[in-house]
Amino acid sequence: MDFIQNTLAVFPALLQAVPVVVQLALGAMAIALVLGLLVALARISSIKILRGIATLYLEVIRGTPLLVQLVYIFFVLPSIGISIEPVPAGILGLGLNYAAYLSEVFRSAILSVEHGQTEAALSLGYTPSKTLWKVVIPQSFVVSMGPIGNYFIAMIKDTALTSVIAVTEILKTANILNSQTFQTTAIYTAAAILYLIISLPLSRVVVVLERKARASG
Amino acid sequence: MADETIIDVRDVHKTFVSDTKPTLGQRLTGKPHVQKRVEVLKGVDLVVHRGETIAILGSSGSGKSTLLRCINKLETIDAGRIYVNGHLIGYEERDGELIAEKASVTAQKRTDIGFVFQHFNLFLNKTALGNVMAPLRDVKKLSAAEARDVALPNLEMVGLGDKIDNYPSKLSGGQKQRVAIARALAMNPSVMLFDEPTSALDPELVGEVLAVIKKIAQQGTTMVIVTHEMQFARDIADRIVVMDQGVIVEEGPPSRIFTAPQHPKTRALLSRSGILPA
Ligand SMILES: Nc1ncnc2c1ncn2[C@@H]1O[C@H](COP(=O)(O)OP(=O)(O)O)[C@@H](O)[C@H]1O
Ligand SMILES: [Mg+2]
Repeated sequence: MDFIQNTLAVFPALLQAVPVVVQLALGAMAIALVLGLLVALARISSIKILRGIATLYLEVIRGTPLLVQLVYIFFVLPSIGISIEPVPAGILGLGLNYAAYLSEVFRSAILSVEHGQTEAALSLGYTPSKTLWKVVIPQSFVVSMGPIGNYFIAMIKDTALTSVIAVTEILKTANILNSQTFQTTAIYTAAAILYLIISLPLSRVVVVLERKARASG
Repeated sequence: MADETIIDVRDVHKTFVSDTKPTLGQRLTGKPHVQKRVEVLKGVDLVVHRGETIAILGSSGSGKSTLLRCINKLETIDAGRIYVNGHLIGYEERDGELIAEKASVTAQKRTDIGFVFQHFNLFLNKTALGNVMAPLRDVKKLSAAEARDVALPNLEMVGLGDKIDNYPSKLSGGQKQRVAIARALAMNPSVMLFDEPTSALDPELVGEVLAVIKKIAQQGTTMVIVTHEMQFARDIADRIVVMDQGVIVEEGPPSRIFTAPQHPKTRALLSRSGILPA
């Protein structure tokens, strides 16, 4: 019973870290969505240099661990004069990383929109770029909803990695508490439960979004 | 002016070049791989006047779709000229030289040409009404209220006044094709092009779409229809055009084409369809 009480007692302290997690996840997601779409467009562009740059970006991000990317941004960039505060560095690192994965989601979603609809739009007088923005991209967003949601949940869990670059998120808060009270089991159990409490409802939302996307398609 | 020319196709040629991937053998031996070239249109001339209904007949692969697609520049021609309503399609003519035009100019010209596809090609994320309103909003820049006012009568006209809020997934093939027709008509084009509008439909749904097309023809809309529905073509066309292997082999009024075809290919086509005795 002590264990349960001790675990519950840790929650108020951990909850203090939730706003930082929200800030990280929302900020990084905004970057990932915009940059991911741009990378996807570059990858399907007819301009070879754009395709090359986008592919290189994708390979570098996917070929290196997120933890290393975060450390790089926070500890290496200052050596060339770019110092970033922990939270913005975390947002940037997570955003750049997830942009690569979301670009693949967008790319396949864009390619999945039937060519017939593109031709219909052109035949109705849409310019090629208007066809892309008004017909193809809105539909690829619908198709992407589920995968984007799943990546968002994964990203929330990955915010834990920013503890190594001095962001006082849930895990870092737990580490600090642990060093003060040594109630290791209670503290990390509470931390794990807190992540679950955040991600479980979100998973339900994703399921609903995916059902909606299928219904309209 | 009764004889006003809407479409003027002059000596149009089109060749498709497909790069076949070199086989492993070709790569190992360094033999150059062959580019596959198919000449699909071999000098086509066609004039369509205002208010006319033209039916294009011809066996599969004769170039009917390609001809229609060239008229609104979904395909680019290699030689010849196509004018729609006096405008050269795909090019600007400066001092007798043809210069490829900007995409926005092509788009502008396309607003004057309605195109109905075999597979409907509705926007799947939009309702029937949304499909018809979209180009009015996005291309013609009408307000939502104005677009609705244009879209609704067109949906009524194709008999879908009660289905305006249905998504394509909740429409039958015939209904989808009627939405597609309403969407093209709502742009108020000078000419409507139909590429086998009933070929993808279950037999019992063909009639409702043909009835709508006939109604539009009777309203005096200029149109070109590629179809395999012989009786329908005979019924509504002012002129029948028969294509074979990239050329027009015969054209004339249905009364003559269907009773006294001159060209062997026309006779073969008609006897295959059971119109002429074999
Ligand atoms: N995009 C393309 N690339 C290569 N060949 C094509 C393409 N489109 C059509 N063709 C070929 O051109 C010929 C005529 O096609 P099409 O115009 O569709 O004929 P139809 O509509 O009369 O059946 C066919 O042999 C077809 O295989
Ligand atoms: Mg065809």
